[in-house]
Amino acid sequence: MTAQLETRIDVDHLVRRTRSVGMNRAQDRRRAVVDPDNRRRPGRLGLRRRIPYAGAVGPLALLAVWVVGSALHWIDLRSLSAPWTVVATAGELISDGRLQENLATSSWRALTGLALGIVLGVVLALISGLSRLGEALLDGPIQLKRAIPSLALLPLLILWLGIGEPMKVTTITLGVFVPIYLHTHNGLRSIDSRYVELAETVGLRRSEFVRHVVLPGALPGFLMGLRFAVTGAWLALVVVEQINSTSGIGYMMELARTYGQTDIIIVGLVLYGTLGYSSDLLVRLVQRKALSWRQTFAD
Amino acid sequence: MATDVRGLVEGSARDLGDRLAVDVVGLTRRYQDRVILDQVDLQIAGGEFVALLGRSGSGKTTLLKALAGLDYDVSGEGQLRVADSISVVFQDSRLLPWRRVLGNVTLGLRTQAGPGQSSEDRGLLSLAEVGLAGRERAWPTQLSGGEQQRVALARSLVREPQLLLADEPFGALDALTRMKMHVLLRRLCAAHKPAVLLVTHDVDEAIVLADRVIVLDQGKITTEVSVDLPAPRRAADPAFADIRQHLLRSLGIEETHA
Ligand SMILES: Nc1ncnc2c1ncn2[C@@H]1O[C@H](COP(=O)(O)OP(=O)(O)OP(=O)(O)O)[C@@H](O)[C@H]1O
Ligand SMILES: [Mg+2]
Repeated sequence: MTAQLETRIDVDHLVRRTRSVGMNRAQDRRRAVVDPDNRRRPGRLGLRRRIPYAGAVGPLALLAVWVVGSALHWIDLRSLSAPWTVVATAGELISDGRLQENLATSSWRALTGLALGIVLGVVLALISGLSRLGEALLDGPIQLKRAIPSLALLPLLILWLGIGEPMKVTTITLGVFVPIYLHTHNGLRSIDSRYVELAETVGLRRSEFVRHVVLPGALPGFLMGLRFAVTGAWLALVVVEQINSTSGIGYMMELARTYGQTDIIIVGLVLYGTLGYSSDLLVRLVQRKALSWRQTFAD
Repeated sequence: MATDVRGLVEGSARDLGDRLAVDVVGLTRRYQDRVILDQVDLQIAGGEFVALLGRSGSGKTTLLKALAGLDYDVSGEGQLRVADSISVVFQDSRLLPWRRVLGNVTLGLRTQAGPGQSSEDRGLLSLAEVGLAGRERAWPTQLSGGEQQRVALARSLVREPQLLLADEPFGALDALTRMKMHVLLRRLCAAHKPAVLLVTHDVDEAIVLADRVIVLDQGKITTEVSVDLPAPRRAADPAFADIRQHLLRSLGIEETHA
């Protein structure tokens, strides 16, 4: 009886208790479910055990609200289409191939801009992080650029590059490289000077120093920057696609607006959201894998 | 009046011959007109184990950094000749957290042309020597403080240095672990025969380990004691107690018998 009560209240406690008392098979099975790694639970000030699929909980709750709200007509269907209408529309868009086509165009823009921005940001961060002259030359202008929103540069970019793909990719690149630069540079500069001393005593060459100390040391910063960059790339995409565009998800949505088709707009929004969110999840996964040497508060 | 003393180190190995690992004459170091080292002379023979004692702030680390060539932007002068291959063990183990244990041991290790042993093999042997065989794939944060310091020792010794400089390498360890580390260090030094300069706060540690103990005070070496006790050295030995009392007095502490 007491044991069952405790199960509901604090399974971990039970696991620890049974360990000292000895376990029968039923408890053993329960323990296998609760505590697969047989690890102790974290300390008093650490976070509690991970919730499985924690990232999906919030979005699913939001979806539930939308479904229930539409079904009970709390939501005006002219302002916001019902989920099933959106799903049906998405089905049509997929079957006639418009969705894939626009998605491919948009993804190409975002990924190209992202890739160029990452390379640019990392190269600039290395130059300015490893040389005083580089820092003197680069850091100021980049901080200035940071203060100017990419969108404010759009008129100038359109004048220079026209309204074609180069302008779109450049806008995304300019939005992406700044967070990459800032966080990588910061990560690089905050590498413990004691590691530099160590590198000297073991006689590392400059190239080895960069490879074994600087790059891994700046990696946490870089990955943090990457998260901002990925989100930023999709954001910039939205803007450039709604200006003078003839393809892409943004164009599809802009067209739908003129006909008042909220279902297509929502398909676009969901696409943007899914793309942005899943790429952020991907970066976080990379972060966890690449930084497995770190023991942090959230682990 | 900053003199680049490192210029004098060049070609040192030939000049040193095979007798001296450290030959320092009139070494002076100051931080903003505060003289930290004042005309220090110090010779350490090849294979000799020297312990350096001194009050906090007496300039032990400053001397060690000068020998290791790590004192940039420090003004001073003097003649400084040290062995070519130097390894440093720091008070913190200073392992790169993003490299596994083996990667830390072999960091910057160059394989000599000739014997067909990779740096990985040498690293593994060195880890086995400090009793950490099988832990080569661990991350540094997964090791205890004593284990981390043993990895740092392995990293130093795998380079077969002529001179090992150690700045309070066991300062952060508990007494029991420290005693184990003493035994380990003695064994490793007997096997590899580097000259050693060990900075420590612990008078007993100095007497247990060293062939010679020197005391740094007010920028000068004020006391020098040869320790000629048979192994194993025990604090209960009256000769041990004599040396200890002498050293404590030179550090400005009168031993009180309770
Ligand atoms: N970078 C620096 N700039 C200015 N003063 C310094 C610097 N490094 C050390 N000093 C001073 O030089 C003196 C000697 O320092 P050092 O680190 O050599 O002492 P130490 O003998 O190693 O002390 P401890 O036993 O506490 O480690 C100290 O008074 C310290 O304040
Ligand atoms: Mg010191």
